[in-house]
Amino acid sequence: MPEASEAKVKLAAVNNNPASTRDLLRIVIVGHVDHGKSTLVGRMFHDTGSLPDGKYEAIKAVCEKRGVPFEWAFLMDALQAERDQGITIDTSQIWFKTDARDYTIIDAPGHKEFLKNMITGAAQSDAALLIIDAAEGVREQSRRHGYLLHLLGIRQVAVAVNKMDLIGYEKEQFDLIEQEYRDYLASIGVTPTFVIPVSAREGDNIVNQTGAMPWYKGPTVVRALDSFMPNASPVDRPLRFPVQDVYKFDQRRILAGRIEEGRIAVGDEIVFSPSNKTARVQSIEAWSAIPGKPLPQEGAAGESVGITLDEQIFVERGELISHVQHAPIETDVFRARIFWLGHEPMMKGKSYRIKLGTMEAPVTVQSIESIIDTSDLSNTSSHQVERNQVAEVVLRSRRMLALDEFNTAPKTGRFVLIDKYDIAGGGIISMEGYANQRDLITARSTNITRVEHGITTEARAFRNGHKGGVLWFTGLSGAGKSTVAVALEKKLFEKGFNVFVLDGDNVRHGLNANLSFSPEDRAENIRRVGEVSALFARAGMIAITSFISPYRSDRDRARAAMNGGDFHEIYVKADVATCEARDPKGLYKKARAGEIKDFTGISAPYEEPENAELVLDTSALSVDESVEKLVNYVEMKFKV
Amino acid sequence: MDRLDQLESQSIFIFREAFNRIENIAMLWSLGKDSNVMIWLARKAFFGHVPFPVMHVDTEKKFPEMYAFRDRYAKEWGLNFIRELCPPIEEIDDTLPPAARSAARKTAGLKKAIEKYKFNALFAGIRRDEEATRAKERVFSPRGATGQWDFRDQPPEFWDQFKTDFPPGTHIRVHPLLHWTEVDIWLYTLREQIPTIPLYFAKDGKRYRSLGDQDITSPVPSTATTIEEIIEELRTTRVAERSGRAMDHEAEDAFERLRADGYL
Repeated sequence: MPEASEAKVKLAAVNNNPASTRDLLRIVIVGHVDHGKSTLVGRMFHDTGSLPDGKYEAIKAVCEKRGVPFEWAFLMDALQAERDQGITIDTSQIWFKTDARDYTIIDAPGHKEFLKNMITGAAQSDAALLIIDAAEGVREQSRRHGYLLHLLGIRQVAVAVNKMDLIGYEKEQFDLIEQEYRDYLASIGVTPTFVIPVSAREGDNIVNQTGAMPWYKGPTVVRALDSFMPNASPVDRPLRFPVQDVYKFDQRRILAGRIEEGRIAVGDEIVFSPSNKTARVQSIEAWSAIPGKPLPQEGAAGESVGITLDEQIFVERGELISHVQHAPIETDVFRARIFWLGHEPMMKGKSYRIKLGTMEAPVTVQSIESIIDTSDLSNTSSHQVERNQVAEVVLRSRRMLALDEFNTAPKTGRFVLIDKYDIAGGGIISMEGYANQRDLITARSTNITRVEHGITTEARAFRNGHKGGVLWFTGLSGAGKSTVAVALEKKLFEKGFNVFVLDGDNVRHGLNANLSFSPEDRAENIRRVGEVSALFARAGMIAITSFISPYRSDRDRARAAMNGGDFHEIYVKADVATCEARDPKGLYKKARAGEIKDFTGISAPYEEPENAELVLDTSALSVDESVEKLVNYVEMKFKV
Repeated sequence: MDRLDQLESQSIFIFREAFNRIENIAMLWSLGKDSNVMIWLARKAFFGHVPFPVMHVDTEKKFPEMYAFRDRYAKEWGLNFIRELCPPIEEIDDTLPPAARSAARKTAGLKKAIEKYKFNALFAGIRRDEEATRAKERVFSPRGATGQWDFRDQPPEFWDQFKTDFPPGTHIRVHPLLHWTEVDIWLYTLREQIPTIPLYFAKDGKRYRSLGDQDITSPVPSTATTIEEIIEELRTTRVAERSGRAMDHEAEDAFERLRADGYL
């Protein structure tokens, strides 16, 4: 191998000004096990003259001692276990430079067992080089790694088809592999910048074009890397500044953290989410060894800064600072695409701790929508996600969380999950089908004071002969909510109850005529119905609401509007098949035909109640039987 | 932001994360160029304060220039300074090669100090580019009850989410400089005008690139007498940084064994 040294490219020229810094690009090398990642790195180092003196000889000596042929992998596989077993266990880093810039090369293990280490390495990189063995072709980890790069947010990818020497430098076979892999990457939305035929062992197209493949006109690996750009800090996006800590070392009360996106300046009005407190930036603090150096007036994405506020409000680690106009989403439920690394599988219904930015909170796996096979992108359903699997899940938190969708703000749209003491998975957020609840919980009126009523709740109940309250019907379209509600209303009225039905379609004609069917407006629809039914209840009446109300958050908010008063969640239960067979309004048919989008049960989620006060199984009970059951229930709960 | 700004910001982030998440943490000060940069970064992270003890585990075999530096700046920088002595060499495993045995003495001193002060975590100024097993380190690196490093099963670490939850009895090493290179350290030292021990500058055609105990550290040939010249030298050299550190070279796995046992 040292014979190749005459082909060495010139070492990068030293900049005339030694104090100047050079650009740094971090490249991860990924691919299936044994496809030649380490050899390629070794070759790259050797041919650019980047190896420290004696390193080549040292590796040679180690190989001779072990009685194995020269093995470049030993350059980075430093651990004894790695050398003994001939596999890369953990990710490693090594540095080299070209004329253009400095590089950190991150080697990531290709063995499936060590996926957590591959992710640890890959997540730190600006760009990726994916290696495929020309003789073996596209393999399981070739696809999985491609998929995970995309999930990790790495958008700059080059592919090296290695070991071309083993297939006689044949263009046809290279073309087939290139096409197959390009097709796969295209299906997950990735376009590789270059697909390069190489032989790491022989040194073809790594640093030098050797003439072995005259049919290839593209760049060498090193030139391809030089074409990539370091990830720029997102300074021109809306401000995202997670509070990392609050310091009171001296008279200043400093909120410290790193600006993830956007800019912050002295005088800015900022909002803390999810507490929704607001304040103005009084100063941006910094320590300098030079006394009297003026403080900065502005901070931007990527900088670790500290700020003080114009008023002393209580905020703590985990709050997300933004400007008022472009605040993050607030929600207690969201969709996520996750990769699972835990020793125990992820289970539906189980609780984990989420860490998102500096925020931590318990979350529960509400549903596992599908397991994604990264080889062919097919979906299967399961109640659990095994180690190293990728899945689409819905997570729910007990309290409101401030976050973003990964597609709009990656740094605050991704998270990890903690199982006991360990990081057991990571994921990216989508709000598809779920509402931003910020507006629902933001009180916009100020200077309001409650007026005390002159009539007590007890007095009203005494006159009416029953308490006021809410019977909140929830269930799929066609489950029988409206039919049962109207029949129940009649029966209760006859028995002397003051009762009124609030029905979905009816309120949309008046009170909620200005609302659409977007997730946010659907949530607002239910919020208003919750408030109105609470008013009915306080007036002494029994309000029966008949709304699909598919989201737990919305129903919980309606319950909260009752302030601890009589709120009874009635789950009118029938499975999708039964409802679809009934289809009283012909809606399922339209939904199946794609005429109605986001139809609950078909193309939008229905979150079953966890602790309904009463469950009515209308696939087993007739309307009369259901009403009878409810009348008994109401008489028991509401009569005074 | 240039490269040094980015490195600085990342280190500050790590400092603040560890200080918030881990009770009873201290910093190791080896008196070398890296740990001096580390103290500097801590002062930036905490707005002029170093809000935890700074500990020197003393082999009593350092160069006099290092001790003079320590005594001066512990005061000038207002550090909460702790000095802990290493046990005598006779107490150390005598099957180790001589230099490794000497280094193991430092590990023993470190373990003793951790026990004495009940530190749950220590900031250590190691860098990935120093040595191949360090290149595989995590920023938050858990150690077993006796200080050992389980390099076969390290926690995942991505998106700046570090492992900050540990069963009782775990000890953690936090590495705020892991992503820096040797040239970065000098560039930053130059930019920030951080005080430097003169042993790093060439005298009689030799200088120390890495400082350890006097008996197991040797200087390398060099003519660099300023930081600028050091940077220029490093940008063209092909000699490994720790080539002057004897314990790394006694056997193929010498350093791995030292590190598995708790050496930095």
